[in-house]
Amino acid sequence: MIPAGFDYHRPADLASALSILQTHGDEARVIAGGHSLIPMMKLRMAEIAHLVDLQDITDLKGITVGDAEVVIGAMTTQAELIGHDGLAARLPLLREAALQIADPQVRNMGTVGGNVANGDPGNDMPGLMQCLDASYEVVGPDGARMIPAREFYEAAYFTARGDDEILTRIVIPVPAAGTGYAYVKQKRKIGDYATAAAAVLVGKGGASVAMTNLADTPVWSEEASAALAAGDIEGAVAAMLDAIDPQEDMKGPVAFKKHVAAVILRRAIAQAQARAA
Amino acid sequence: MNDQVMSPEQRAANLKGMGCARKRVEDVRFTQGKGRYVDDIKLDGMLFGDFVRSPYAHARVVSVDTSEAMKVPGVVAVLTAQDLAPLGLHWMPTLAGDRQMVLADGKVLFQGQEVAFVVASDRYAAADAVEKVVVEYEELPVVVDPFKALEPDAPVLREDLEGKMTGAHGPRRHHNHIFTWEQGDKDATEAVLAGADVVAEEMVYYHRTHPSPLETCGCVAAMDKVTGKLTLYGTFQAPHAIRTVVSLISGLAEHNIRVISPDIGGGFGNKVGAYSGYVCSVVASIVTGKPVKWVEDRMENLMSTAFARDYWMHGKIAATKEGKITGLWCHTTADHGGFDACADPTKFPAGFMNICTGSYDIPTAYLAVDGVYTNKAPGGVAYRCSFRVTEAAYFIERMIEVLAIKLGMDAAELRRINFIRKDQFPYQSALGWEYDSGDYHTAWEKALNAVGYDALRKEQAQRLEDFKAGKTRKLIGIGLTHFTEIVGAGPVKNCDILGLGMFDSCEIRIHPTGSAIARLGTISQGQGHATTFAQILASEIGIPADNITVEEGDTDTAPYGLGTYGSRSTPVAGAATAMAGRKIRAKAQMIAAWLLEVHDDDVEFDVDRFVVKGAPERFKTMKEIAFAAYNQAIPGLEPGLEAVSYYDPPNMTYPFGAYICVMEIDVDTGVHEVRQFYALDDCGTRINPMVIEGQIHGGATEGYAIAMGQEIAYDDMGNHKSATLMDFFIPTSWETPTYQTDFTVTPSPHHPIGAKGVGESPNVGSVPCFSNAVHDAFRPFGLTQSHMPHDQWRIWKIANDLGLHG
Repeated sequence: MIPAGFDYHRPADLASALSILQTHGDEARVIAGGHSLIPMMKLRMAEIAHLVDLQDITDLKGITVGDAEVVIGAMTTQAELIGHDGLAARLPLLREAALQIADPQVRNMGTVGGNVANGDPGNDMPGLMQCLDASYEVVGPDGARMIPAREFYEAAYFTARGDDEILTRIVIPVPAAGTGYAYVKQKRKIGDYATAAAAVLVGKGGASVAMTNLADTPVWSEEASAALAAGDIEGAVAAMLDAIDPQEDMKGPVAFKKHVAAVILRRAIAQAQARAA
Repeated sequence: MNDQVMSPEQRAANLKGMGCARKRVEDVRFTQGKGRYVDDIKLDGMLFGDFVRSPYAHARVVSVDTSEAMKVPGVVAVLTAQDLAPLGLHWMPTLAGDRQMVLADGKVLFQGQEVAFVVASDRYAAADAVEKVVVEYEELPVVVDPFKALEPDAPVLREDLEGKMTGAHGPRRHHNHIFTWEQGDKDATEAVLAGADVVAEEMVYYHRTHPSPLETCGCVAAMDKVTGKLTLYGTFQAPHAIRTVVSLISGLAEHNIRVISPDIGGGFGNKVGAYSGYVCSVVASIVTGKPVKWVEDRMENLMSTAFARDYWMHGKIAATKEGKITGLWCHTTADHGGFDACADPTKFPAGFMNICTGSYDIPTAYLAVDGVYTNKAPGGVAYRCSFRVTEAAYFIERMIEVLAIKLGMDAAELRRINFIRKDQFPYQSALGWEYDSGDYHTAWEKALNAVGYDALRKEQAQRLEDFKAGKTRKLIGIGLTHFTEIVGAGPVKNCDILGLGMFDSCEIRIHPTGSAIARLGTISQGQGHATTFAQILASEIGIPADNITVEEGDTDTAPYGLGTYGSRSTPVAGAATAMAGRKIRAKAQMIAAWLLEVHDDDVEFDVDRFVVKGAPERFKTMKEIAFAAYNQAIPGLEPGLEAVSYYDPPNMTYPFGAYICVMEIDVDTGVHEVRQFYALDDCGTRINPMVIEGQIHGGATEGYAIAMGQEIAYDDMGNHKSATLMDFFIPTSWETPTYQTDFTVTPSPHHPIGAKGVGESPNVGSVPCFSNAVHDAFRPFGLTQSHMPHDQWRIWKIANDLGLHG
């Protein structure tokens, strides 16, 4: 559990960070909270010659709550996200989900940007952001561009972000007033990845349904969302079961995961509907 | 208030002796981060060792090329089996009479086995060099199933034993067979089974798990080439035995070896045995002349140092139709991994598995255990239990439940009519033990009343109705357990490890000003010895516990002892402490009599002093007596006030307990919630109620982990599937149930203070209790046995197999 040697960079602004990435190409990786990357380095599954720590870049921090959209800086920690009352009032789903991520120590270090950018199918935020129809701002040598969360994840640890780009902000449209929400997660213990987790928004004739850790990417299902918007809960569950592709691991076999996915989704839908105005 | 006006009760309270909920003196340093653990030890010029480990579970090692590793800056040496062979140290003896490779000698037998040992100036260089050692393997067929390992054409795992049809424990009948151990009367038991009204039969598997102490195993070996003295710091549960073993296998004279166990962050059996890291560190220190540190990481701990359990227990239990048990039969297939490195007393290759008749008066019984080699890590240690007692308790407590199902009886009632009665103690069990004392019926009734057993059963029945009516998806399980342990190994006449009798020891020195130091042959790993042994002494010799230092773990200063495991510290070393205290008291009596100018028999002990019989105003306090021992020339008495006792216990002790668990189970997700956990323990005389309660909480939490999710799992290729704490379940405070503790007191008749030991009871008792709760929830649907761990998917599978998912 000791990583190979590496150079540590700690730029103070985004331009410097991008320049280091330019210089070292795929030998460099940015690090946010480090909860995915550091274990991989310690296991020597990832050997990174140049580690670029983003924590001194203040532009990447902060939460702005607007009427139409919420903007979250990539280096915002889960703890800061949970502690922001204005955000919780506007987007209660975010706090509900973040409180189910790991434990307080991890949430004090772990960032929203790191969680969404790494492409780890076990992370909670990607599915959540797909449910919310968030977009990610990535900045590279050619400037900034926006990528919808629903188009960001290509496979486990593979995303639409280029190696020379840094994910800087997350922009989330505020759901219509009265939209019901729920994040329901089954896990084995505190700190565990989800066995199955469901993010649901429902109300005002619309709905959005995404699930976590049941495929090599988060799964937002257009069919399931449409079915739920039409009030067809079992149709939504059936569509989601078609969309997921869980693998057997120590959490259990595929049949168990599919069964639990359906149960958790039904519970999330019920909770979201109960909260809808 | 002075000594003369305080009542005896006040004076006794000031001693903080036995029965006092004294705060743990150790916690001052532990809670401030001031403990000193092995990895805190830093010596001048210290080097670091790290292992190259096998990625394969079974493979021939064709070659080991260390040349690139030697080029890594800071690397001092890379040891392989070829380097150790000339010293005869490429293999080492195990505690079970087998031998084990220190470094791979031609082949590897489990994933994570030690292949080469890199020594470097820092642990980063060592880790870099590990990556540079090139090992060529030739994969061999893997066997991870002990039953398949015994098939005629199974691959030969231990080629070094080929043709050796007798092992340390008798005949071997197959190349992967280690031993067969039989106890009881086979013919009589089979006759009882054949003629019984009812026979229940079941395979009960207690899965492989791991003690996984918070601090992993490690050591620092420091060879002083000038003095010729080796100092070995390590996480050792048995420092004296380690010294003897190091002497025997290294050839260093025992007086030139000093073993020091500093603060230890939990042991639970994991730190009893000897590991390759110790041998390699010692060799590396001798070769380099510098101190060498080796500390395993969590993955190495879970993959390579000693596991626990992995017993397949096939049982048959016979009873009359009224439920009186008439016979018990058990055949166990024990998976020991690639080497037999169990830590058991020599004559007990399956530990005290023959306590498997449990708390019940079973007139006829038979037990056979077959030890088997597989391509898994070696070990088989007693994870917070006396040798294999958890396996035995789980077996009998499951068999009782299975029999209750067969008889259509309430499992509490079935236990009640089969308990050994109070008037039957000392009780001779059918499998050879003499239970010292017990009052099971009293404990059982107290437990059932405490939880409101009858009301719980009514609530459970109502829940079942609601479930069947579609009103709920949660079932209630009520888990019952009455366990009997056998701890305190043990009498030298039948208990030894590597020929060392399992006595223990205490040496006491009273200082002139009336304070004291006591040194013991045991070693605390969190049990609180410095707190509780001082309390025993306080009551025995009348010196306040706060004025007594308890020291353990340095073989140059502490008297010889066999260490701490198997709940043996209080039964054995605690007895030695009391006996040494009584020697102090005997001499103190003579000093007091001389000072008071009366005959020895005319003074008597009174809490913290000797008083003249009939004249209580004439007395000498222990403080005065201590000073007199150092400044008075007393005719016929040597100066000083010291004593040592080596205690060979006449028998084991037999703590027992009644545990009840109420669990809610969601049949759709397999998620459970422990609603109530009641633990009644009877450990005989209670030394410190607060320490006992802490032990119950800790042990029950380990038991909860084991029953509900913790496992060491392998795939068919022998790949370790649970080598991190992501998959190896250790509960956080969030998952940990709330415990309700209770007690009865049935002292041990043969122990000087009547204490029986308690540290392991909650692990032994809680595992079957949690498991029985899961089984009980599904009993109405026809479940008889489902193997642990009862993690979410396995509980879900029970429900799914029973058709509860529609």
